[in-house]
Amino acid sequence: MTRTKLAEGIYFTYLPARKFKTSLLSAQFVTPLDEETASANALIPAVLRRGTVACPDLGALAARLDRLYGARIDCTVRKKGENQCVGFVASFIDDSYVPDGERLLEPVSALLGELICDPATEGGRFVPAYFESEKLNLIDAIRSLINDKRDYADRRLLQELCAGEAYGVSRLGEERSAGKLQAKKLFEQYRRLIGSARLELFYNGSADQERVEQALRSALATLPRREERPVSASRPHPARKEIRTVTEELDVTQGKLGMGFACTSSDHAAMLLGNTLFGGSSNSKLFLNVREKLSLCYYASSAYHRQKGLITVSSGIEFADYRRAYDEIMAQLEAVQRGDLEDWEFQGAQSTLLNAYASMGDSQGKLENFYLGQAATGQAETPEDLAGQVREATQERVFAAMKTVSLDTVYFLRGKEAAE
Amino acid sequence: MNQRFYTRLGESVWQERLPNGLEIRVVPKPGFAKKYAFFATRYGGMDTRFQLEGRWLDTPAGIAHYLEHKMFDTKEGNALQRLAQNGAEPNAFTANAMTGYYFSSTEHFIENLEILLSFVSVPYFTDGSVAKEQGIIGQEIRMIEDSPDWQLYTRMMKALYSASTARTSIAGTVESISHITAQTLYDCHKAFYTPSNMILTVVGDVDPIMVADTARHILPQEGGPAVPRDYGAEPETVAEKETSLAMEVSMPQFLVGFKCRPVEKDYLRTVILGGIACDVLLGDSSPLYLRLYGEGKINASFGGDFEVLPGIACFYAGGDCKDPRAVAAEIQEEARRLAREGVDGEFFQQVRKAAFGAQLRSLNSFESIAVSLTEGYFNGYDPLRFPQVFDSLTKEDVEAFLRENIAEERSALSEIVPKGT
Repeated sequence: MTRTKLAEGIYFTYLPARKFKTSLLSAQFVTPLDEETASANALIPAVLRRGTVACPDLGALAARLDRLYGARIDCTVRKKGENQCVGFVASFIDDSYVPDGERLLEPVSALLGELICDPATEGGRFVPAYFESEKLNLIDAIRSLINDKRDYADRRLLQELCAGEAYGVSRLGEERSAGKLQAKKLFEQYRRLIGSARLELFYNGSADQERVEQALRSALATLPRREERPVSASRPHPARKEIRTVTEELDVTQGKLGMGFACTSSDHAAMLLGNTLFGGSSNSKLFLNVREKLSLCYYASSAYHRQKGLITVSSGIEFADYRRAYDEIMAQLEAVQRGDLEDWEFQGAQSTLLNAYASMGDSQGKLENFYLGQAATGQAETPEDLAGQVREATQERVFAAMKTVSLDTVYFLRGKEAAE
Repeated sequence: MNQRFYTRLGESVWQERLPNGLEIRVVPKPGFAKKYAFFATRYGGMDTRFQLEGRWLDTPAGIAHYLEHKMFDTKEGNALQRLAQNGAEPNAFTANAMTGYYFSSTEHFIENLEILLSFVSVPYFTDGSVAKEQGIIGQEIRMIEDSPDWQLYTRMMKALYSASTARTSIAGTVESISHITAQTLYDCHKAFYTPSNMILTVVGDVDPIMVADTARHILPQEGGPAVPRDYGAEPETVAEKETSLAMEVSMPQFLVGFKCRPVEKDYLRTVILGGIACDVLLGDSSPLYLRLYGEGKINASFGGDFEVLPGIACFYAGGDCKDPRAVAAEIQEEARRLAREGVDGEFFQQVRKAAFGAQLRSLNSFESIAVSLTEGYFNGYDPLRFPQVFDSLTKEDVEAFLRENIAEERSALSEIVPKGT
């Protein structure tokens, strides 16, 4: 892996690999996550994806991609720490599998560059029909987050837990700000984004570095760079003095219990292991007790948010089991804090994390997502470095780190008939 | 073992059939740290009625899935934990026509393979452990009942089919699973978890001989007899034309299904043809998609698929949509137009090229390779021969497929509407 500066505010992460059938190319603008601009930034790649000067509509774009052996260029909107990353990820057949020795890296890079630098416009702004229809699609996408109740509950917990913090803002922004977006302002925001937001480029595939850099330089030759605005350094979540509890009712058959915990430890390797022991694997305390022993749920798991010093727990339960599940989740956290483990549990958690790091290089998507997260949050460790840290962490460090974990916010989604 | 090379794909497959009837496939993947093992039985949610020792048995809906959950229990404890202790990521799934158990790991591969083969082949159930699972699977069923995608698909299958066991939800219902006992699980294990009904697929940088030796060493020496199954005698007509359900969703969603002719021969060719016909009719670059998207009638969630199951085949399409009925009618009108006027030759070539690329891309996924080799084995075809099939397909094949299958009398509409509208 190498990360080089191609120009002011433009960085290129080169990840050589010969073992895949495809190559991956990604261009991501990294910008502080902010309620005011989140939905505008989320809308930009979707409008750009509608047409360029050379391929002015979806049909022309689709035909061009089909002819490049079904190359894909997908819009992406992601949250990394308190930054929003928007752009495109392209995937296309690696040179060795293209019939007739056709080369795909150069034409795909060129199209990626066109999507970013040369959008189809009318009168100095985006084509009105494209703007209007993608704006409606964005509003529909924000509204449809309620369709998957597990995702919805996880998002609502984070919203309540981090109310007033950038981390509480959804990656697509909120419906009310999406509804207010205007064509002229969006075009200005687009110019600002491509002119000054940090641009992170990634390549994974068999081409050598020089060839990829050459293709990217040529594709982005007309990118209007002015200055580089800094990315956001995440601020840790300030722990609440009193536990906040939020209950919501919807017409559903299963309840969702989400619990958010604040943690003040900065020993990240120890926290990663502590979270894995608590609820991060099918070997964890939550899985073995809340599910297997008490049969309270099908899923109960936890996630560690390193940038914010948070752990969130997600579970699906019977409405009536709220108190039992709540108490059991707390009891299992306390067990990890006390160091109440069986012999195999610590080693199992370590192996789970080490296996995940060791196999990261086997997936192009995981690699790109990992290195984007690192770049957007100012971290330089490779998966191997993180594996080394996990190997060195002792049980004592893990218990000490987990002792800093305290319950902060509880979110419960229940059915309407269950309301008292 | 025999090795077969697929030069256009840059792949090879080692193959062996053990004397007990177990099929073994190993796909070498040098340069990858991860190793993946997939152990599957030809037994799924649709196999509820079958003959065991001369007697027809009717088993509760959801039993194959219930069995999958309970297989992880061993006399010594739980196989999930033993695998996870070695850093392996184990899991399992039950589909309509197969149940698969798998893990991926970077270390201790052969040891993990021994654990996998052992817990899947040696059943250990008690009345207590079977009863305990009711709560967990009950919550899994509650979870999917709240999923609009699941409701759409399940209700569409019930509308299309009147006799086929494809009507049955793979997980069953809270009521149906309450009839499952340790004895019914033992009966089903005996019938279907015999080496002659199973296939082991390994993908990764491993020694194929070691894989075969491990299977020989762990699994029973003899396979069982083939088990006759009854999937129901399905008429050509659909059971219901429409089905609708109100849920907590933000906008209507729909699937329109078409009951296709069952696939009797050329399985791989038909599956690929159905997929290309779907791309031609309504894929991202099709005239219909581009028009409906441009008019705001559909969004990026719109798409379709062609699916072949035991005794049946169906084609379906849908997504989020403000006016499902209108879009369903447009799909049928476009199919009629293509059948009447023919598919544009250049467009067909373009779609075929893209579909080939997508198929090749799927070989990046170990799971996808293992599942497709398994499906191929159960249905008597070699999925890695897809480049030859792509070469042989013509636009006339697509036209004939659309003419035969995408017709009003073969269709049923399933929709979910927002609560309170």
